[in-house]
Amino acid sequence: MSAADWRRAMNLQPPRAGAAGGPRSGGASAPRPRRQLTNPVRVRHVLVLAFLIAYPWFATPFFTFQIGAQSLALGLIALSLTFLAGAGGMISLAQMTVAGLAGYMVAIFGTAATNGVTLGWPWWLAVLIAIAIAVLAATFIGWLSVRTEGIYTIMITLAIGVAFYYLTLQNYEVFNGFQGEQKVFPPTLAGLYWRDPVPFYYLTLACALAGYLFVLYLLRTPFGIALQGIRDNARRMRALGFNVTAHRVAAYAVAGAIAAVGGVLFTWYNGLVTPGSVGTGWLINILVIAVLGGMRHPIGAFLGAIVFVLLQNFAIDVFDRERFNLVIGLVFLVIVLFSRDGLLGWWAALSARMSTQRGGSPWTAARKRLYAR
Amino acid sequence: MTRPARVVWTLLIGVPILAFAAWALQDNARLFVITLLNGLTLASLYFIVASGFTLVFGLMRNVNLAHGSLYLLGGYLGFFTAQFTGSWLLALAAGFAAAAVVGLAMQVSIFRFMPGQDLRQTMVTIGLSIVIADLLMWIIGAQVHQMSPPAVLDGPLRGLPVIRAYSTYRLSLLPIGIVIGVALWLFLNRTRVGMMIRAGVDDRAMLAAAGINVNLIFATTFAIGAGLAGLGGVIGAVELSMVPGEDTRLLLASLVVVIVGGMGSVVGAALGAAILGLAETYGLAYAPTYSVVFTFVILVLVLAFRPRGILGRPA
Repeated sequence: MSAADWRRAMNLQPPRAGAAGGPRSGGASAPRPRRQLTNPVRVRHVLVLAFLIAYPWFATPFFTFQIGAQSLALGLIALSLTFLAGAGGMISLAQMTVAGLAGYMVAIFGTAATNGVTLGWPWWLAVLIAIAIAVLAATFIGWLSVRTEGIYTIMITLAIGVAFYYLTLQNYEVFNGFQGEQKVFPPTLAGLYWRDPVPFYYLTLACALAGYLFVLYLLRTPFGIALQGIRDNARRMRALGFNVTAHRVAAYAVAGAIAAVGGVLFTWYNGLVTPGSVGTGWLINILVIAVLGGMRHPIGAFLGAIVFVLLQNFAIDVFDRERFNLVIGLVFLVIVLFSRDGLLGWWAALSARMSTQRGGSPWTAARKRLYAR
Repeated sequence: MTRPARVVWTLLIGVPILAFAAWALQDNARLFVITLLNGLTLASLYFIVASGFTLVFGLMRNVNLAHGSLYLLGGYLGFFTAQFTGSWLLALAAGFAAAAVVGLAMQVSIFRFMPGQDLRQTMVTIGLSIVIADLLMWIIGAQVHQMSPPAVLDGPLRGLPVIRAYSTYRLSLLPIGIVIGVALWLFLNRTRVGMMIRAGVDDRAMLAAAGINVNLIFATTFAIGAGLAGLGGVIGAVELSMVPGEDTRLLLASLVVVIVGGMGSVVGAALGAAILGLAETYGLAYAPTYSVVFTFVILVLVLAFRPRGILGRPA
């Protein structure tokens, strides 16, 4: 291969795919038109946005708050994992730990009903400090776990997450032990109490949209492209002079910031943060949400969150209320066993089949199938 | 590691530990010795569970995150077997067999069809652990179950120097752990099947090329690894109690043990279990609030200086 070929191969953005898939081969050699810097805004984007904005006008407060706002807040936490795993190839189970830490910090620096520490600082200061501390923690977690790859990363982040769970459970001075921090609510601002369904929904929507667009933007920056290069072939990127470790740690920090915002919102949504919110159950739920939606595109996190929240609220009406874990475990198993990349993977396979049936050229279909792996 | 570095490390780690031991013996010898025994016996239980985990991981690169669920499953089945038959040995056998059968079923029905896809297999085990944990809670309930020890090992052992008396059952965990460890070592190092397993750890493709039925070896290993978790469950059902959530605790212990000791190494698992068990019990005895932090600090230090664990080798 000549030097010019190499340069061209490196400038091409590799196709995105879920980290859940097996080792991928020959992505750069496939013919692929150069990606435009901005995706065209299609009709479906406008429709979805209009639906999201209009949603509280026709939905009941239950649907606005419990379904809408909760999905968006959880989706934001899962988005951090989707970014980390989809673009960086690092599956961290500690994203909920980062989110929960941010929630705890909001309660500790802001106001909460607790026997532990609560400083009662203004809400904006508490939120800023919480996000800063969570980013620091995420960077530390990243620094620890980037020494490992693949399944090792899962094990180490799980160990870190469970260790934090036991710390919050056993520490009464700061984290108030089993009780956790109660009554952590968003402030009243501009005459609105921000925990009322409609204002809270718009708050989470704004944060979720900002996070989503930020991740989309980041994936096109040199940093994002280098990160995807590292995911596909860390050795080659190192040989090209990229600092692989620094890119990976930076990815953890960015994901930590997203998870922290999601964590603050989720804490406000629940009104409390307890060891249960950072226990193994929730660590794994975030993974379930991200895998359920699919990791090839940031939208997967929110799709997964919607399915998860709907299951949480309605599947238990069909089955027993206590058996939610069984339902979500089985759904997760089915998705992992029968789809390479969650719902998005099914969608890609479906649209590839549709385009051949509609008489699209077999070549387009074949290419889509290639990327659908 | 070069020789001077080794000396420096030994001094750096050994001197504070010796200083602490000297102080603690001076201060309260009984507490120190009891904590030592508690630590070693807990380590023995951790070793039994984690050795299965590391065996499966070493051969198949499959992180079985349902290992904790298998532990709980074995414990429950042992409990009910002991209730019906009154025999502790039968309970041990039942716990081992139940977990081994479930592990075998997992390997034969699922993992065989996704060879080499480590991440996907791990995801599947996460799903399975959710399902098994919830099924167990559904069938057996959330209340605490505790097994009584066998009659021979019931009650305290009296007349010991320094500490006077100690639980016989708890003390017997130590020889049980040693026997299982030695048996495992002999099995891996002195038998034909063990040789195949070790060969598979080093190079799976070459083993298959040599005409060995790799799927059979995988299934055997998975059954033994899962069975060890179930065996640990029965043993732990007496000492710790069985309640939903214990599966996570033992899974965490197994993870830390193999991360610290080095993946895929039985000796590493023994070393990691000893470190974790001692750190946990000494932490609980001398600094109760921070015992988890000790575990975490050890994990961080090992990862920072030996990312593959103390006895780990590059994969």
